[in-house]
Amino acid sequence: MSAAWDVVVVGAGPAGLAAATLAAGQGARTLLLDEQDAPGGQIYRAIERTRDDPALRRILGPDYTHGDGLVAGMRACAAQYAPGTSVWQITPEREVWATRAGRSEAMRAGTLILATGAMERPVPLPGWTLPGVMTVGGVQILLKSAGMVPEGLVLAGSGPLLYLVAWQLVRAGKPPAALLDTASDDNLRPALRHLPAALRPTALGYLAKGLALRRVLRRAGLALHADVTDIRIEGDTRAEAVSFRSAGQPRRLVAAMIALHEGIIPAQQMTRSIGCAHEWDAQQHAFRPVLDTWGNTSVAGILVAGDASGIVGARAAEHAGRIAAWEALCQLGRVDAAARDRGAAADRAGLAAHRAVRPLLDRLYAPRAEILRPADDVTICRCEEITAGQVRAVVARGCAGPNQAKNFLRAGMGPCQGRLCGTTVAELIAAELGTGVAEVGYFRIRPPLKPVALAELAAMDTEDAP
Amino acid sequence: MTRTADAIVVGGGLHGCSAALHLARRGRKVVVVEKNSVGRHASGVNAGGVRRLLRALPEIPLSCAAMEMWHHIGDLVGDDCGFKVSGQVAVAETAAGFEGLRARAAEVAALRYGHEELIDADELYRLLPALKPGCVGGLVSRADGFASPYHTTMAFRAAAIRAGVVVLEDTRALGFRRAGGTWSVETSAGALQAPVLVNCGGAWAARVAAALGETVPLEPIAPMMMVTAPMAHFVDPVVIGVERKLSFKQAANGTVVIGGGHRGVPDLDNDSSSVDFRKLVISATTVGTLFPVMRGAQLVRSWSGIESRLPDDIPVIGPSATQDGAFHAFGFAGHGFQLGPVVGAILAELIDTGVTNLPIGPFAITRFTPTGVAA
Repeated sequence: MSAAWDVVVVGAGPAGLAAATLAAGQGARTLLLDEQDAPGGQIYRAIERTRDDPALRRILGPDYTHGDGLVAGMRACAAQYAPGTSVWQITPEREVWATRAGRSEAMRAGTLILATGAMERPVPLPGWTLPGVMTVGGVQILLKSAGMVPEGLVLAGSGPLLYLVAWQLVRAGKPPAALLDTASDDNLRPALRHLPAALRPTALGYLAKGLALRRVLRRAGLALHADVTDIRIEGDTRAEAVSFRSAGQPRRLVAAMIALHEGIIPAQQMTRSIGCAHEWDAQQHAFRPVLDTWGNTSVAGILVAGDASGIVGARAAEHAGRIAAWEALCQLGRVDAAARDRGAAADRAGLAAHRAVRPLLDRLYAPRAEILRPADDVTICRCEEITAGQVRAVVARGCAGPNQAKNFLRAGMGPCQGRLCGTTVAELIAAELGTGVAEVGYFRIRPPLKPVALAELAAMDTEDAP
Repeated sequence: MTRTADAIVVGGGLHGCSAALHLARRGRKVVVVEKNSVGRHASGVNAGGVRRLLRALPEIPLSCAAMEMWHHIGDLVGDDCGFKVSGQVAVAETAAGFEGLRARAAEVAALRYGHEELIDADELYRLLPALKPGCVGGLVSRADGFASPYHTTMAFRAAAIRAGVVVLEDTRALGFRRAGGTWSVETSAGALQAPVLVNCGGAWAARVAAALGETVPLEPIAPMMMVTAPMAHFVDPVVIGVERKLSFKQAANGTVVIGGGHRGVPDLDNDSSSVDFRKLVISATTVGTLFPVMRGAQLVRSWSGIESRLPDDIPVIGPSATQDGAFHAFGFAGHGFQLGPVVGAILAELIDTGVTNLPIGPFAITRFTPTGVAA
């Protein structure tokens, strides 16, 4: 197949759903590609299925239900929706190569809107690779897609998602055995500077929800450990216990299931592989693509919306998706600049309102140095089993950046292509060299973005490729 | 501040580092200028073939001399460079292909080289049991092998530095001037002066040559490679296609590296290149046809690197035709990795003594100059 589309949207989370719905509604031939089998992204995962499960809906809370309208809007629009489709290569000329049900196809896009969302920040700490250790996002996937909750779970880390999941587990009647909160008390004072912005109406709603949620957690009677540092997961073949310090005091809990979370960061593999320019966001401790206010990347005709642009949250992502769609329509010549500006005005106001709380959250839940730059004995590249100490050692031997670290150590050369270790490798090298993460940069990402069977590649009809 | 040396090498690839190492071992003070980082382009990302098999005839003496050095590479740079003797085999799928190999073997034997050996189907299938049925025969060079390209380039860099070479990375050569027997090279990190200039600029070497008043028809190319997830061990030698563009090998960790001639798109001005999946689709088909086991492989990564070629697909090696005290080594057309150790030695010998024992006449830059115009 060599179909040509006006707009190809990658990712069916809030940004992608909103972008595809608007673009199709304005008459653009729109294709929505998504890796998942059902629309909603991570935040509204399984939202169509849970509609018939009021008990689960009650556990997940009202913010989740907001996704109903978004998904319904997409279902009703003229966009072609392709679930279960993995995009494995995008060229700067906007050719999209994707696989679905064991068959790969190449497509051509007039404009591309990448709404690939975020990933959880890897939490490399001693023992994090042991069986029994998962991510808090993983816990939520179990909850949303299977209504399952692990018993006796210890949650550790910080950030809005951690508290939300703890709250959801309490409502599910299976409260976590303990919550180890790694947010540093030292974050409070610098975060206060961002408080005024967070007191605007929409932002205040986030704060009120956050406080209510924490009140529920306190009353639920679970063991809350504050100001946690030095987490070490113990066990020979699987997690057996977790030791840590809380406000400096050593503690140890027996635990077979531990879920970690230190916030989320933009998924940058796709924009990196295309060659879009990126910048370091010191506030979010993550790389993000360089974008203008419409979401245009440095590569013509390729836009980014939602958390992939820098963490903005689900509601802001929806607005950003529509803003990007207006710009795409304008680039395609379907609307003029004045119509684009008019169309996007309400979404611009919405985006600003929902983003206002972000600086406060970013500062409040800034990850600790021990997570960003772990101790020497901690594995940082799980694919190739490389430790932080090995990275520090090759810096001493002349390794000046993540790409050289690939060559020295194979760090980032496994099947995940550095998705899990990339930021940590960059942080470690920058610290060793006494320079900034922006200066040392990131892995060059090599296609395919996901492994592809050689037979599937061979089966592609090259005559028919765009 | 102007830094002075006995020689300035432009280009920190394998050839530049090798030339610097050999010059330093001859007592010369050398500065290497590299615009990116050492091994960033062709030297670091090539397939790592250490091959004499099917070399262009003029390259055979150099390739054989290099092979001697590879078999003692630890003595040269204090590092094994990941070098493994695996043998390299060219596979003929058809009678016509095999006749071509037979003619080639005769040609090489007539020059009194014994490394290329014609083999029948029985020996071919003994060497390559996973090969598809029906192939006719092959040509093998049993003492060839492969090495780890980035590891090798960094070993040459490290050995050069130990020998006293100064390697300036992220430093771009901006201008070349010669006055009073001294080269002045303006760089992004200040001025350099030396009586000798060595152009190992890879795909960018034509720009250096042009600054010396020499026009060469150097074409940038971007050879592509693919690597698979680890597979059960099924092949030892490096395999080269005769009727099709293909070369591939299985590494010790089970991953299979597939290369062999299909090219991506180079971008000299941005120091980058991109893969062309349409052509990788052809490679995928070829490798799955020759080795049915490969149909179950998972492709995990592909990449391309920036190389360059001249119209006759052999390099330029030797003195500048227009300028005293200037020397070239570039345009290896994707098969310069194996030659790295010896070409550096040749350049050092030329610079130090004015002559070399190895026959480098065919590689003269003057072959691209209209007769009678050469300076």
